Amino acid sequence: MSEADGLMRLRLPIAVTYNWSAGPNATSHLAGLMEGKLIGKRCPSCSSVYFPARNGVCPKCARILAEDVTVGPKGTITTFCIVNVPFLGQKIKLPYVAAQILLDGADISMQHLIQECEAEDVRIGMRVEPVWKDRSEWGPSMENIEHFRPTGEPDQVMGSESGAS
Amino acid sequence: MGLRDIAIVGTAQRPSEINSTFTSVELLLPIIQEVLTKVGIERQDIGFWCHGSCDYMSGQPFSFVAAVDAIGAWPPIIESHVEADGAFALYEAWVKLQTGEVDVALVFSNGKTTSGPINRILNLQTDPYMVAPLWPGFDVLSALQARACLEAGVVTQRQMAEVAWRSQRDGKNNPFTLSGTEMSVDELLSQPFTVDPLRAHDCAIPVDGANAIILAAGDAARRLAKRPAWIRGIDHRIDTQRLGARSMIESSSATIAAQKAGVGKDRIDVAELHAPYTHQELLLRQAMGLSESTHINPSGGALVANPAMAAGLARFAEAAESVFSGSADRVLAHCTSGPLLQQNLVCVMEGE
Repeated sequence: MSEADGLMRLRLPIAVTYNWSAGPNATSHLAGLMEGKLIGKRCPSCSSVYFPARNGVCPKCARILAEDVTVGPKGTITTFCIVNVPFLGQKIKLPYVAAQILLDGADISMQHLIQECEAEDVRIGMRVEPVWKDRSEWGPSMENIEHFRPTGEPDQVMGSESGAS
Repeated sequence: MGLRDIAIVGTAQRPSEINSTFTSVELLLPIIQEVLTKVGIERQDIGFWCHGSCDYMSGQPFSFVAAVDAIGAWPPIIESHVEADGAFALYEAWVKLQTGEVDVALVFSNGKTTSGPINRILNLQTDPYMVAPLWPGFDVLSALQARACLEAGVVTQRQMAEVAWRSQRDGKNNPFTLSGTEMSVDELLSQPFTVDPLRAHDCAIPVDGANAIILAAGDAARRLAKRPAWIRGIDHRIDTQRLGARSMIESSSATIAAQKAGVGKDRIDVAELHAPYTHQELLLRQAMGLSESTHINPSGGALVANPAMAAGLARFAEAAESVFSGSADRVLAHCTSGPLLQQNLVCVMEGE
């Protein structure tokens, strides 16, 4: 409580602790990350491969995603954005690139950082690969991957990959 | 323009769990498939979907959006969500069916009540300036209400224990609840207070649960169910959120809602009351003018299984099932929300 400027101010912080469960269906995805594996899930109905495994269900078919599928580690940039605006708590040097990456074998893209190249050189169709943090820093998180970097392979012609949705 | 005839034609409930390791989406998906199978229709036959849940319970803003995964949103669907018990989603679906735009609606709700301190989480529903910062929690607020009721002579400790005893006895026959203790009324009365004057048996058991109900209008309802539970009246009333500005020993919103829903027009065979505390069931019975001949909470009620945000819709499922089976002709389903019976939704259903 303070009384600056003749005004009484109260700070009333709110905190609640939860036991969060990833659920049996997304657990193999998170456990895979602990071992440096990229494990997605295949829908038994439409065969789409989800990485990450979302809530463990296919939102198109409303079916449980039962089958584990290893995807990547390489992938293709499907779209990207160059970040030039500084904001509070920013950890990465500007400008940097946030990209949607479609991992090989997956049907939905995921967002990650692109580093080890100039922002202006990033393009749709560019082939990229993950750069992992030191194993001692790994947890059940996509943050185990520090960033993605260009592989130098020829660009993927967009639209030729299968089933992106 | 008159109102359309709308009925509950199918229900499905998930057995109660404590500390479920499933996500909310995983809790919901099988129960939605079960109710569709029971009624014999496909996802594509549903014209409107409505969901009731509370983001505070999962601690994730917009977590309710993920629930759409459980219903399958392709081809595109018409859906809505209420940040409340599924019973209020049922009310919205009833309004949607009244517009005549759709003939069949599916309502669903879920609550992982044991994944956080529910008493503390629900505290966040109280007035954020004068009440919430004191962190009273619902148990303490309800104990104050029970104290006021006892001192005014509106309820007695023995009546409260009798409500608990009857709920635990009936809950044992309900596969969706967790079985309670087998103590007599006298033994219950000898138990220590948890929040004076409430004992453990006076407070609902928090559980994780999910349920789903299919509503249909007119001929669609007659086609989908042998004996639909026709909604004859439904009404929702709210008391002021200022706890000090309303009477603790009556529930005027429940009285008005019951009157508007037509409770007093004829006898009620079964009333499923959503009363998370024993004294609140007694208050509700008085407020709605329910007679001794009405069978209260044959399911055991929320006292023996209270999946927050799904416990009210469970009352609708239980009441409708008693019409489906023919064990009752005219039933009442009720849902409350907010501290101390602040909001009350009352629905009267009949078989033909």
